[in-house]
Amino acid sequence: MKASVVVFPGSNCDTDCFNVLSSVMGMDTEFVWHKETQLNKTDLVVLPGGFSYGDYLRTGAIARFSPIMNEVISYAKKGGKVIGICNGFQILLESGLLPGAMLPNRSMKFICKPVWLRCENNDTAFTNKMNSGQLIQIPIAHGEGNYTADDDTIQKLKDENKIIFKYVSETGEEADCFNPNGSRESIAGIINDKGNILGMMPHPERVSEEILGGVDGKCIWESVLV
Amino acid sequence: MGSVFGNPFWFKLNSQREIMNTMTEQTQRKQEPEITPEVIADHGITPEEYSRIKEILGREPNFTELGIFSVMWSEHCSYKNSKPLLKTLPTSGPKVMVKAGEENAGCLDIGDGYAVVFKIESHNHPSAIEPFQGAATGLGGILRDIFTMGARPIMNMNSLRFGSLDTKEAKHLLKGVVAGVAHYGNCIGIPTVGGEIYFDESYSGNPLVNVMSMGLLKHEELSKGAATGVGNPIFYVGATTGRDGLGGAAFASKELTEESTEDRPAVQVGDPFKEKLLLEACLEVIKSGEIVGIQDMGAAGLTCSTCETASRGNSGVQIDLNKVPMRETGMIPYETMLSESQERMLIIGKKGKEKEVEAIFEKWDLHAVNIGEVCEGHMMRVFEGEKLVAEIPAKALADDGPIYIREEKEPEYLKETRAFDINTVKEPTDFNETLKKLMDVPSIASKSWIYEQYDHMVRTDSVYIPGHDAALVRIKGTNRGLAVSTDCNGLYCYLDPYEGAKIAVSEAARNVVCVGGHPIGVTDCLNFGNPMKPEIFWQFHQAIDGIKDACNAFDVPITGGNVSLYNENPSGAIYPTPTIGLVGVLPDIELRTPSAFQEQGDVIYLMGETFNEIGGSQYLAEVQGVRAGLPPKLDLEKEKQLYKAIHQSQQKKLLRSCHDLSDGGFAVALTECCFSESGKSLGAKLDSLGVFNEGEVRKDALLFGESQSRVIASCDPENVEALEVVLKETKVPFQKVGVVEGNRVQMDKLIDLPVSELEQIFRQAIPRRMETQS
Repeated sequence: MKASVVVFPGSNCDTDCFNVLSSVMGMDTEFVWHKETQLNKTDLVVLPGGFSYGDYLRTGAIARFSPIMNEVISYAKKGGKVIGICNGFQILLESGLLPGAMLPNRSMKFICKPVWLRCENNDTAFTNKMNSGQLIQIPIAHGEGNYTADDDTIQKLKDENKIIFKYVSETGEEADCFNPNGSRESIAGIINDKGNILGMMPHPERVSEEILGGVDGKCIWESVLV
Repeated sequence: MGSVFGNPFWFKLNSQREIMNTMTEQTQRKQEPEITPEVIADHGITPEEYSRIKEILGREPNFTELGIFSVMWSEHCSYKNSKPLLKTLPTSGPKVMVKAGEENAGCLDIGDGYAVVFKIESHNHPSAIEPFQGAATGLGGILRDIFTMGARPIMNMNSLRFGSLDTKEAKHLLKGVVAGVAHYGNCIGIPTVGGEIYFDESYSGNPLVNVMSMGLLKHEELSKGAATGVGNPIFYVGATTGRDGLGGAAFASKELTEESTEDRPAVQVGDPFKEKLLLEACLEVIKSGEIVGIQDMGAAGLTCSTCETASRGNSGVQIDLNKVPMRETGMIPYETMLSESQERMLIIGKKGKEKEVEAIFEKWDLHAVNIGEVCEGHMMRVFEGEKLVAEIPAKALADDGPIYIREEKEPEYLKETRAFDINTVKEPTDFNETLKKLMDVPSIASKSWIYEQYDHMVRTDSVYIPGHDAALVRIKGTNRGLAVSTDCNGLYCYLDPYEGAKIAVSEAARNVVCVGGHPIGVTDCLNFGNPMKPEIFWQFHQAIDGIKDACNAFDVPITGGNVSLYNENPSGAIYPTPTIGLVGVLPDIELRTPSAFQEQGDVIYLMGETFNEIGGSQYLAEVQGVRAGLPPKLDLEKEKQLYKAIHQSQQKKLLRSCHDLSDGGFAVALTECCFSESGKSLGAKLDSLGVFNEGEVRKDALLFGESQSRVIASCDPENVEALEVVLKETKVPFQKVGVVEGNRVQMDKLIDLPVSELEQIFRQAIPRRMETQS
């Protein structure tokens, strides 16, 4: 299985994702520079975390105009699997591959800490190795992860089961105090209609090896490999 | 605008916005003032120094040259007041690849073909004036020192000091500094994995912001900052040059006054995204082998980088300021040479390989601009087009600055603090309350309010995140780990700078040893007051001696660092604060040991001896309100034996946890061992408190005294015998004090509290204060 990790000039989780995909999961992985205009044959495109272009304007707002994004968009529209993590999620929103937008965290502070997530839908290409309602602990690290969308979009996401991960307590309870950034419906990750594009704020690549204190992130990569 | 002729900081820009505005504004070119005694004095140059300048040049300097001398001969760049003492520190060793002072940072071999480059630096004065940008650019500067050596930065730490957190000022500064570090470090993607912080009135008005960075490289990737090879091109890369940070190095070398906020243009503005591009491009160009030297433009910008590279390369250099990419118009050579605009580097290329260098920077959307070349001789020549605007022997600037041996005198206050008598302090009647009070002291409490704003996990190498005794990162592709700790107890140093500095090195080493590291090197950030005051210079000398003795005892060289003098506010000098950053290697990362208890039923040991010492303790300061006495005594031989015992126990996998005793003493350390970041907090039941000389040690000293060379360790009941054998063999005094059990902290009959209550206090101490105004 082949995986491609897109590298924007300000990406900083690109090597982390590359390391997990290649060394831990054994995938044939390559970096794709943002100025490339072609995407080699691949089974998974990863838009990694970071500050793609410094993000002084709005997170992900400039990255969508990168030459490689045209290729990623057409690959995704043909049904190719794309996962956007953190800044990658923000880029998916800015490029219209997923609905909604990001606001600054409600605390107005950058937050880096492990949070508990509940898998809301295990019938996807990214969660099929998990149980429905399974609780996993994955770190977040962002300043703008406060997901928002209009009421119709939120309703549609709920009705069609497109909310994949929600922020919850250690025991799976959903409540405002367990929502680290103020996102609507405690949303931590969503998927598109066709089920081939996942965006999530937490960083599964940071908990895919025992030495880093957990392997809860691995189930996402294992699901992709099925 | 003030008098143009009287003040080198006459370019008053009051805010970042104004600086931004000037990017589009056409600015009038300033007239160069005539050189008068006032102008010379305003540049911090003494009449004797001015005579030397004339001697070196064989003529009067022009205004540009005067500015160049003033920054290169400032304390920040020349170490003129500290060099003779710094020379007494140990700097050699079998692992040393680049010694302190030779390059931008020292470099140590760590085995497997890898080496580390690390350094700590201060950005105290800029952070006092503008905490966000001050801290951000402090981090930016230290990162460039690391990657200019060819090393990829892998972790940052910061050591911070503020006034009492119950004051508005400290809250404002803490908020700004933490946000600034977060802004820069998070964006560039280098984890901030640890550090330390103290709040004390002594730092009110003059906070300390010390940032440390460490980079990793393969031996063959090491690069140097020397300009060699006549005819080789000199490239300017990175951000454009503006008036920001004008004279920053000179600004760092004077005392803060009420008027210091007027110096805001001396604080630079950082762009972490630009730095990220610069980092990647520089590492790529170093790897390409197409350059001969590289140097960051930090303090004193273009001036420092050109004369230092020339001096190291025994060459001359010439540059043309008309080719320097500018962000403002109308800048005179003085301004261009002294600008401290951030995110800029100087590269010495190879003649004929210009295209290759330019292509690499082009890839990262940066421009490498050829601004000059390496020349015969030893002169630094600065042109503006055809016009020669400065001509100075490079060595005179970089290496031949003035050296002063200042007068020393033991401060008067020590008579009073040493006279402290423990018998005048009444022991508390309720030790539960005392412990609760100490857990609420911001210097002791959880720092999660701070480190949760830092991305401390990016790069996926952070094995021990903040909250452990030392930060621990792995090296992918090897079994090795690197442990790092920064430490300094300023109050100890105030009460006895020799012992305090010795303890700073020892505590950093002990922290590194506790997690499993073997100390290999030290970087120091020496924060003191005005060295012209004999009492301050005495403190400085004593502290250097303390560092020297401890480093010699542990056989760890100093690989570099930073001297920050003139840390005073209108009410006096700060506590002498020689911050120590110590690095250790774990040859096998599987032998690492966490700080907190791991399993119910494990046996708890106290290693080391407890004496009747409460001088300089947090207990005495925060609970009894007394900042006096002598700090605890530290015996370097006993300290070394303790390291031996811990290492041997770790080697045999006998320790389940190991935590150093420091601020707040035994009771606080034991309580901390009960807390867990993952939420599985454990209790501890102690029948004994580890008394060795019953009756000789008061209960408050037993619980809260800060006797040195002690750790709390826990061990699987099955390994108790084996552990005791190791401790006896290494002759480390020890006592089995209790077991990990239940969910309360119970210490003999003196303390009995639920862990959850203590943890709540510990975690809320800083957020609670930050949320309240006033």
